[in-house]
Amino acid sequence: MAELVASQLSCMKRDKVLFESLSLSLSPGQLVHLRGPNGAGKTSLLRILAGLSQPDTGTVTWNNRAIDNEFQRRLVYLGHKAGLSAGLSAIENLTFWCAQHHIRVSETTLFEVLEVLSLVGLEEIPVRLLSAGQQRRVALARLWLKSSDIWILDEPFTALDTDGVALIQARCETFVRQGGAVIVTSHQPLSMKDMPVSVIELEGQL
Amino acid sequence: MNALYAGVFKRDLSLAFRQKGELLQPLMFLLIVVCLFPIGVGPGPEILQRISPGVIWIAAILSGLLGMERLFKDDFNDGTLEQLILSGLPLSGIALSKVFTHWLVSFLPIICLSPVLAMFLHMSLPMYQALIITLLLGTPLLSLIGAIATALTVSLHRGSLLVSLLLLPVFIPLLIFATSAVESAAMQLSYGPQVAIISAMTCLALASAPFAISYALKVSQH
Repeated sequence: MAELVASQLSCMKRDKVLFESLSLSLSPGQLVHLRGPNGAGKTSLLRILAGLSQPDTGTVTWNNRAIDNEFQRRLVYLGHKAGLSAGLSAIENLTFWCAQHHIRVSETTLFEVLEVLSLVGLEEIPVRLLSAGQQRRVALARLWLKSSDIWILDEPFTALDTDGVALIQARCETFVRQGGAVIVTSHQPLSMKDMPVSVIELEGQL
Repeated sequence: MNALYAGVFKRDLSLAFRQKGELLQPLMFLLIVVCLFPIGVGPGPEILQRISPGVIWIAAILSGLLGMERLFKDDFNDGTLEQLILSGLPLSGIALSKVFTHWLVSFLPIICLSPVLAMFLHMSLPMYQALIITLLLGTPLLSLIGAIATALTVSLHRGSLLVSLLLLPVFIPLLIFATSAVESAAMQLSYGPQVAIISAMTCLALASAPFAISYALKVSQH
C-alpha cells in the first residue's frame, strides 16, 4: 500500500535544531495531527514531507521510493500561503489549478464544490476582494477537486468560521474513511467522530 | 504540454492583461526615454542617427528590467509557486512558459513600437531592418537571462535593484553586437556575423536557462 515513511529526519534553521532523528509513517486510512508550539518546526516538517524542501539528514519515501512526480500527483498540499492569485477570480484560480494538476473538471463540478463551501455568488470576484476566510475556503476547494491519496494540510483552519472548520473536518473524515491519509497541523483540537487521531508532538527547543 | 498551455501560459497571460497599467508602464517608460534624447542632445539628424541603436537598445533593456520583478515575485508571495512545483509538471517547462509570456507582454510591444522610435531618431531603412532583426533575436535572451536572476532573488525582500545590478553587466555583449549590427547596416556593410553571434547566445540561453531557472526556483523554497 501507498505509505509515506520518513526516517531519521533532521532540520536546522538559523543554526538551531528544529528536530532530529524524527521518524514517522503515514499509511492509508490514517489521520495524523501534528502539534507543537510556534516555531517548533511543524511547517518545515510538512514542507519536507511534501518534497518542497530537503531535510538536512534523513529520507522520505513513498511506496519505498524517494518522493517524485508520481507522489506529487497523488498529493494535495496546502500551505500557509493559499496559492491563489489575487487578481484572478475564485473560478479562474481553481480552473487553472486543475489544469496544472492534470485534473479534468467540468464547470458544473466546480460550481458544486463552490456551493458546498458557500462561495456561490462570489466566484467571479477577484480573490483579493474576498475576506480571509473566504479566500481560505477557495484554497480548500482543492480537497474536493483532486482525487488523491494523501493530504498535507498546514493550518487549514486559519481564518475559518466554526461552520467552515466543521466542514473541513467532515471532509477529512470522509477522505480518511475512503482510505486517504491526512497529516494536519492545527492549534485547535480535532473533533473527529469515532475516528482514531494519531498525535505527533514536536517539542520545540529554546 | 496541454497542461502547460492551459494551466500556466493562459493563466499568466490573463493575469498580465488583468493588470493593464503594469503592462503599459514599461512601454511608456521606453517611449519617454527615447523622446528625451532629441531634447537632451539636440535635434540634429546626424547625431541622433549615430546614437539611435544604442538609445533604443538601452531603453529596451531598462524597460524590460522594469517588468522583470513581476515574473516570479507574485507567484512566490501568494504560494502559487509552491502549488506549481507540486503539480507534477516539469518545472523547466513552467519556467520556459513564464519566460515566453514575459517576452510576449514586455518585448513584443516594444518591437511593434520600434518603427515609431526609429522615426524619432532619424534611422535609415537599412538601419531599421537591422534593428528589428537584432531586437527579435536579442530580446528573448534578455527575458531568459533576466528570469534566472529574478528566480535567484525571488525570496529576497527587496530584490529588484539587485536584479538590475546583476543583469546590466551581463547584457553588455548583447548590446555590443546589437548596436554594431545596426551601425554596419548604416554603412551598408553586412551585419550577418553580429546577428549570428546574437542568435548563438540566444540559442545557448534557450537550451540552458530553463534548467537554471527551475533549479533557482526550487532553491527559493528552502
